Amino acid sequence: MEYIISGLQSALMLIINLDPEVTKVVTTSLKLSLTSTLLAALFGTPLGILFSKIDFKGKFVFNTVLNTLLSLPTVVLGLFVYSIISRRGLLGEWGLLFTMKGIIIGQVLLILPIVMALVRNAIHDIDEKMYKTAISMGATGTQQFRLLLSEARYGIIGALITGFGRVIGEVGISMMLGGNIKGYTRTITTAIAMETNKGRFSFGLALGIILLFIAFLINFIIYFYQIGESR
Amino acid sequence: MKNRRILVTGLLMLVMLVSFVFVGSAANAQERLILATTTSTENSGLLDVLLPPFEETFGVRVDVVSVGTGKAISIAENGDADVILVHARAAEDAFVEAGYGVNRRDVMYNDFIILGPASDPAGIKGMTDAGKALHKIAESKSPFVSRGDDSGTNKKELSIWASVGIEPSGRWYIETGQGMGASLNVANEKQAYILADRGTYLAYSGDIDLGIVVEGDPELFNPYGIIPVNPAVHNHVNYQMAMALVGYITSQQGQKIISEYTAYGKVLFHPSAIKPEDLK
Repeated sequence: MEYIISGLQSALMLIINLDPEVTKVVTTSLKLSLTSTLLAALFGTPLGILFSKIDFKGKFVFNTVLNTLLSLPTVVLGLFVYSIISRRGLLGEWGLLFTMKGIIIGQVLLILPIVMALVRNAIHDIDEKMYKTAISMGATGTQQFRLLLSEARYGIIGALITGFGRVIGEVGISMMLGGNIKGYTRTITTAIAMETNKGRFSFGLALGIILLFIAFLINFIIYFYQIGESR
Repeated sequence: MKNRRILVTGLLMLVMLVSFVFVGSAANAQERLILATTTSTENSGLLDVLLPPFEETFGVRVDVVSVGTGKAISIAENGDADVILVHARAAEDAFVEAGYGVNRRDVMYNDFIILGPASDPAGIKGMTDAGKALHKIAESKSPFVSRGDDSGTNKKELSIWASVGIEPSGRWYIETGQGMGASLNVANEKQAYILADRGTYLAYSGDIDLGIVVEGDPELFNPYGIIPVNPAVHNHVNYQMAMALVGYITSQQGQKIISEYTAYGKVLFHPSAIKPEDLK
C-alpha cells in the first residue's frame, strides 16, 4: 500500500518537474510505439481487407494460424528476431541488434497479426448487401477497397488502438532487442523492469502511472476524433 | 466538425512522420561503442560517473547493455558487443582462450557476502569460511536463495558449493533465475540465506531485514575484468574504441574515479589496475 501512495506522489513530482531522464524514456516509448503501429497499419490493413474478401483453398488453416499468432508471447518473438538480427544471424551484418530499428522490427511483427485479424473481423461485420450492390453497379477494385475502408473505419481504428496498446505496454521485445540502453533504447517498460530489479518500487510504479496516463490521453484524442466524425 | 477532423488527422500524421524521421536519424548520428556488462556495475551508478569523461574525450557514445555475466559473455561471443566488463574469472579466461576476446585487463574488485535472517537457523553468523558456512546451511536444510541465472554471482556461488563437494538441491534450495535485486527480495520474504555482492546489498539494506552473516573469506573476493572482443573473429567490432576504453578505465584518471566513487556513504569498488600509491 505504501508503495502505491509513494508511487503516485513520485509520479506527480516526475511529471511536474519534467525529469529529463523520464522525458527521454517517455519520448523513446512514444516514438517506438507510434512508428511500429504506423508500419503495422500500413501493411496490416490492406492485408486484412484482402484476406477477408479473397477465398482460397485452405483459408481456414491460414485463419487459425493468424488467430494463434495473437497469443504469441513477446519473449518468444523477441528470441526469434534476436536470432535473426544478431551478428551471427541471417541479417547480422545490418547491425540491427540493440537499436531502435531492431525493436521496431519485433514490435511490428508482434502486432501485424493483431491488426490483420481485427481488420478482417471488422470487414466481416459490415453490411454485405451494400458491398454486393457496389459490385453489381460496377465498382472497380480500388473503389471496392475504398468503400470497405470507409465502412469499416471504426473497426480499423479499434484494431490500431489495440495494436498500439500492445506495443506501448510490452517489455519482452524492447528489453531483448533494445538492451535497455540508457539514453537510447530505454523505454518506459524496460525502465520499470530495471527500477523494480533495483528495488526502487515506487519509481517503477510512478513510471507505470505515466504510461497509463499517456495511453489514456491517446485514447481520449481518438475518442473525440470518432465522436466528431459521427456527427 | 469536418475541419476538426482534418486537423486531427493531419496532426496525427505529422506526429507519426516526425517520429519516423527521428528514429531513422538519431540511430546513426554518433559513433557508438557497445559495452555489455553486469547488472551490479550499472545498478551501482558507477558507470554514470566513469563513462561521461571518456565519451567526451573520444566523441563516442557508450551504449551500456547490462545483463548477467554469462549473458554478457554470450552477447560478445556472437559479436553483438564491442567490449565486456564482467566478473567471473574462469569464464573470462575461457572466453579469451576460445579466441573471442583479447587483451583482458583487471579493473577493480569488491567482495561477496553471505546474508541471512537474524534468527540464523544454520548458526553461521560470524564465520569467515564461506565453504564451511554453506556446508552448515545444507546440513540444516535452511532455506537458501540462488540466482540460478548464470550470472557472475551465481557462478561464484556454485563454485563454493563445488569446493565443499555439495550439489545443492531440495526444497530448501530456491532458484529464482532473476537478478540480484529481485533475488534479495525473495530471500527477504522467505527469510533465507543468500550470496550477494556488497554493492547491491548496500543499495537494499534499508528495505530488507537480512544482515551480513559471513564476510572476509578470500574465496569471496570479486574481481572485475574488461575484455575487448577480438576483431579477428568479428571484424565489424569497434576494436579501436574498445581499446581506448580499456586504456581509459585502467588509467590513473579512470582508476581514481573508481576509487573515489561512493554510494550509500561507502566505497563500492577498489581499483586494481594500478598500484594504490600511483593513484595520488
